Amino acid sequence: MAGPDIKAPEMREYSQIPALQPGAMAATKSFVANEKVQEELGFPGTLVDDWHDKAIGKMGELLGKYRSLKVFMDACVHCGACSDKCHYFLGTGDPKNMPVARQDLMRSVYRRHFTAAGKVFPKLVGARELTREVLDEWYSYYYQCSECRRCSVFCPYGIDTAEVTMAAREILDSVGYGQKYTNEIIGKLHKIGNNLGLPGPALANTLEGLEEDVLEDSGVAVRYPLDVKGAEVLLITPSADFFAEPHIESLIGYGKVFHAAGISWTLSSKASEAGNFGMFIGNYEQLKKIAMRVREAALELGVKRIVVGECGHAWRVAYSFWNTLTGIGEGAKDPFAVQLQSQLDHRYRQPMHICELTWDLIRQGALSFDKSANDHRIVTFHDSCNVARGSRMGDHAGGQFEIPRNIIRAVANHFVEMAPGTTHEQTFCCGGGGGILTDDLLDLRIKGSLPRMETLNQVAEGQGVNFMATICAICKAHFTKILPYYGFKMSMVGGVHQLVSTAIKLGDK
Amino acid sequence: MSTATLLFTALFYLATAVLLAGLAWKIADYGRTPAPLLIPLTPAPTTQGGVVLRMIREVALFESLFKSNLWLWAFGWMFHVGLALVLIRHLRYFTEPVWAWVAVLQPFGVYAGLVMAAGLAGLWARRMVLERIRYISTPSDHLMLILLLGIAASGLMMKFFFHTDIIGVKEFFLGLLYFDWQPLPSDGPLYVHLTLVAALMLVFPFSKLLHAPGVFFSPTRNQVDNPREARHLSPWAAKMESK
Repeated sequence: MAGPDIKAPEMREYSQIPALQPGAMAATKSFVANEKVQEELGFPGTLVDDWHDKAIGKMGELLGKYRSLKVFMDACVHCGACSDKCHYFLGTGDPKNMPVARQDLMRSVYRRHFTAAGKVFPKLVGARELTREVLDEWYSYYYQCSECRRCSVFCPYGIDTAEVTMAAREILDSVGYGQKYTNEIIGKLHKIGNNLGLPGPALANTLEGLEEDVLEDSGVAVRYPLDVKGAEVLLITPSADFFAEPHIESLIGYGKVFHAAGISWTLSSKASEAGNFGMFIGNYEQLKKIAMRVREAALELGVKRIVVGECGHAWRVAYSFWNTLTGIGEGAKDPFAVQLQSQLDHRYRQPMHICELTWDLIRQGALSFDKSANDHRIVTFHDSCNVARGSRMGDHAGGQFEIPRNIIRAVANHFVEMAPGTTHEQTFCCGGGGGILTDDLLDLRIKGSLPRMETLNQVAEGQGVNFMATICAICKAHFTKILPYYGFKMSMVGGVHQLVSTAIKLGDK
Repeated sequence: MSTATLLFTALFYLATAVLLAGLAWKIADYGRTPAPLLIPLTPAPTTQGGVVLRMIREVALFESLFKSNLWLWAFGWMFHVGLALVLIRHLRYFTEPVWAWVAVLQPFGVYAGLVMAAGLAGLWARRMVLERIRYISTPSDHLMLILLLGIAASGLMMKFFFHTDIIGVKEFFLGLLYFDWQPLPSDGPLYVHLTLVAALMLVFPFSKLLHAPGVFFSPTRNQVDNPREARHLSPWAAKMESK
């Protein structure tokens, strides 16, 4: 546990853009991955001798593989539209946490090695050689970005810092300079099946215990099945849902929804993780390898539908990337993807978010609720960055905002929005996403939460909000940790399906 | 023919060749580089028509910039719209007879020149006054604004103070177009104006001015949000499946 000596910044009535504090976060550096962790993922164990040439070579390779990176390196005009949009800049004042400056850490090297202007007039165009100092700076500041893409909303060219961060991390990994937190977790996932390292038998045990608890609390035998062949639905959910608080409350909620609607479902011990940290390090091979477990589990279990639990980046990967990576989706013509797609039931969206499933059932009248059960809560909704800006729900644009709110309004009587400009596609990252959710970055996480905490404070003081619902395992874990630093109760954060779980009526349908 | 005429004739052929070849090469490069993953950013249209509309709003109205900062949007938009109208006005130097729609729009070009200069001045002031923007500015960022301001100022000077022989200028440029070279009026402000314009054309493909073609290739803005409905696979990613 990090010491309580870290103090949260003062919350102000209205957010302000801080004065620059150069170097404020320069010393903040998450732990570097050790040899074992690196080698398990096929990366060099330690920084290779010819790291400079390797890094430049990798950058060239990525520039050829990703149009995003190539265009984003060229297009920035330094207008500063993004400069006051990053929660880490707003919380720390470190100018290198301004998105444009973060991108420029790489863009300066790009100019030096890949543009005529930077080769001939480096000083003029801000081009730099990739020195050891610059490499360290990359490590420090590219692991102070949560890849939340808020800056990109405001960029006139749609430059997405997340793409730059992912490329930088990919380059760093390729020269043996990886981050312990993310890479260790990916290794655990490959070895054991999920990010938290919960083996199959322990998972089975946990779920049995959960069934007993729910039976005791509600008097209804709700099932939490594992590895059931021929089930209709395969639920892929973040492993935190299996035992972390408040995550497990949402898992209980999913089970109750399936129970009440009479849908047969199963979890998978093989794919017992929705999270895909391969995205955080921008590594396509890892991204694909991790996603393939879901495909394999779906084929083995013969399920008709694939549904994803409350997890932000996992839903971005599932919604936006799974069809590309694994063929989970529709519209394929190639044999690889057709194999799975012919098994899935295309009357339903594939993959489907648990909120889409629940909302569809609510609209069909298949679920009933006692809304007053949530009357002790005045609820607000924190849009999770990856859901808000990197995915969608339902049939039309913006469904990812409406559907969770519709569910909340269907199960609770008191719902309040936080300040405009800090929700929907302009939502702030919780402060812990994208590979930052580690105690060695606690200081950054606390400071990065400042913008969200200030808006939460407004509705807490103004409208008495005492519950912030969200649909992301990282948001839940992060807020649970940092809320007390701002004087809030850690139980103030929870899942949308936690609210569903509280209000849903079981057994009398 | 005077030395100046020869120099400017050569300069404009060179600048045009560099601009067109440089842009063509860059655009081909952007076009041939794959976008392996769907990364459209909210609010992402779900149809190709929606993407076209989004791009039009982005390019004509600077929609995203508007969300960011009103001052920045106002200065940036003034400059770009001003520049667009000024460029339209300048078409009269390259067409004979002048196209009807150019004739209609061209009186606005004068005001547009003033708006353009004001926008540029605003952008430069921001770059110098605001701490954050000063921090991210490179010398080339300032020089680019100085170059554009120089073009606007020298052009406006010729309009308001030191009139040049615009008939002669037109004959010069039509001569370039038809390879029937004509003398360039010898005139200081005109030489300054044309030199700066040629410089702009020369640096265009090597500088941040690539944001102009770049915006059309930005995957966060030009992709359709339909990943569940259609499988999106880049050639290099497809190869990983046959393994």
